[in-house]
Amino acid sequence: MSQVFVGMPSLPAYGRGNLFATESFPEAAHHELRNDQLRTNLRHATTTIREKRAHVVGELPDWEELRSAGSAIKEAVMADLPAMLEQFEANFTARGGTIHWARDAEEANRIVEGLIREQDTDEVVKVKSMATQEIGLNEYLDERGIKAFETDLAELIVQLGHDKPSHILVPAIHKNRSQIRDIFLKEMKDVDPNLSNDPRELAMAARAHLRRKFLSAKVAISGANFALADTGTLGVVESEGNGRMCLTLPETLITVMGIEKLLPHAEDLEVFMQLLPRSSTGERMNPYTSFWTGESHDDGPQNVHLVMLDNGRTAALADTYGRSALHCIRCSACMNVCPVYERTGGHAYGSTYPGPIGAILSPLMTGIQAEENNSLPYASSLCGACYDACPVKINIPEILVHLRGEDVDSRRGQRRIPSEMDLMMKGVQWAFSSGQHLGLLEKALPLGRLAAGRDKKIKRLPGHLAGGWTSSRDIPAPPSQSFRDWWVKEHQTPDPGTPGPSTTTGQEK
Amino acid sequence: MEAREEIMDRIRTALADAPAVPDVPRNYRRTADLGPEQVLEMLVDRLEDYKAKVSQVEAADLPRTIAGLLAEATSYVVPHGLPAEWLDNDTLRADDRRLTDAPGHRLTVEDLDGIAVVTSSAVSIAESGTIILDGSPTQGRRAISLVPDHHVCVVPASTVVQLLPEALPRVDPTHPLTWISGPSATSDIELERVEGVHGPRDLDVVIVTDL
Ligand code: SF4
Repeated sequence: MSQVFVGMPSLPAYGRGNLFATESFPEAAHHELRNDQLRTNLRHATTTIREKRAHVVGELPDWEELRSAGSAIKEAVMADLPAMLEQFEANFTARGGTIHWARDAEEANRIVEGLIREQDTDEVVKVKSMATQEIGLNEYLDERGIKAFETDLAELIVQLGHDKPSHILVPAIHKNRSQIRDIFLKEMKDVDPNLSNDPRELAMAARAHLRRKFLSAKVAISGANFALADTGTLGVVESEGNGRMCLTLPETLITVMGIEKLLPHAEDLEVFMQLLPRSSTGERMNPYTSFWTGESHDDGPQNVHLVMLDNGRTAALADTYGRSALHCIRCSACMNVCPVYERTGGHAYGSTYPGPIGAILSPLMTGIQAEENNSLPYASSLCGACYDACPVKINIPEILVHLRGEDVDSRRGQRRIPSEMDLMMKGVQWAFSSGQHLGLLEKALPLGRLAAGRDKKIKRLPGHLAGGWTSSRDIPAPPSQSFRDWWVKEHQTPDPGTPGPSTTTGQEK
Repeated sequence: MEAREEIMDRIRTALADAPAVPDVPRNYRRTADLGPEQVLEMLVDRLEDYKAKVSQVEAADLPRTIAGLLAEATSYVVPHGLPAEWLDNDTLRADDRRLTDAPGHRLTVEDLDGIAVVTSSAVSIAESGTIILDGSPTQGRRAISLVPDHHVCVVPASTVVQLLPEALPRVDPTHPLTWISGPSATSDIELERVEGVHGPRDLDVVIVTDL
């Protein structure tokens, strides 16, 4: 049962950090679309992963039952979140772990820095984690003289290339093998100068480069895929073994995790460990998964910390329509099926969370009023493929529409004079309110043909909204007569034998 | 206000509409529909798909099989609880290549780097080709199955189940658990799969049909 809170409702506390686009989606998409290599690689990646996923999902006769269970489990977690967090905290702490709470990105970064300093080191190894990317931990530590080494191969490529991830699952997919070799030659001091661009050789170079770090690191930083409330257990799902290295060898382990990652029971893993790998990499199971509960005597880190992060999650939770976005298990299936994402790539979304889920999660966490993110809910054609692919059945299209509504409302609230959209909608309202109004407007149709050139296309409409729409597409010139005019003409002398208009006349001349 | 209390307050405020806690429909498959032989066959198929090398032997042949797999190892580590009879034959008896990791006598990562390791396992799931190690004395602490370069993993047939929901009740979630589904792999460079990144590059699974 969730407790009833009787205090003063406070305003939503929005998230900070890498949740913001640096420019609007249309602007970013515009130049990302010119990046041919990104588009080709991305199409290859999304197509391949999509096919693998379809294959392993098709193998399970109870996939839909698993999705329904996954969705209900997450809904139950959100509805009962305070009790669940308390239960997790009690269990994790009883096993020797320490929990820290962070209201926002800045607070989380400060806590992690403090914990590292206690260990008297200025180097940490890191296993891929979206939460630490969201709070900008690496940059924060770097500014304070602490070096954080990414150990996931793709993250390492991105980090050494001073770059940004373009896909949450294969973050370096925008680089080809020769570019990766060049990055390694330039940035890895100890690398063989004759390194080829063969993926195996490159992977082995990364292994050698990281091995000394793993074997000597005192502190590791991780995220977590799941936290089990009834046992206080944390889990990390991975492929390369860098996760196991980070979670096992250093003395100190600091995990940063969003408050929404909980599952009520250890038993729930039977659902999520079927849903996640098949949806994510399209494998029956990922190569390695590690679970730990506080500290285990004699086995693994003895100094175990967890930073529980809000950073806008409670703001998302407060949105009754949008809160199911917090059910996300970051599998990336929605991205791989999204026609918009496949063309623009992850960079265009700005935030750590790209693709369909990012288009709802980022504005929910930062508030739709955040100007940088208010174009994100429009970065979709509402085709619904993401909803069908989502292992926890998040209805992304519905939330996108809801956020578009919120965006329009919030802009209206900020303006005294009505916006172009308001005026257009008012116009539409007027036109459709009576047949006479519509008839009057239709008389202007031939004018539209004048606006179009010889190629019968209108290249540019006036105004910000309509002009914006035509900046990336042409619209065909309107027909010389309206459907209603045509219908009336066709029916002036109806042939009593043939009801309805003939199908061969009435073509545009 | 302390961060913890403030976040809890924010959550309670966010849930002011008191959303209902739904019942979880657990009508997915939770019991096997295949016989034991088909289940074993499925496990072998899945493991080989992950590029693990799999052999099936009877308990009497286990020591010889393990000795064969270790023939090239310069040295190897075993957890202190590994059944002695698994190694007890002419080749491996009093083998000076053998290191034992035991409470009070822990090997360092330098000792473990690049050698081989022999462990047992707690439970295996055929449908996903997954072997779970739970840190008990036959499997040892996590580092010994991680730092070495070659993992020989023994799977008693009696510990193999078809489905994940059948496996979880057999392990204690508060023990450090490692789920292994093939050797480590990456597809981060142009989606080309490379096996054996970190962790053991070779995984040999020995299924013992009568254990
Ligand atoms: S929204 Fe659904 S499909 Fe998309 S990443 Fe999250 S869990 Fe996966």
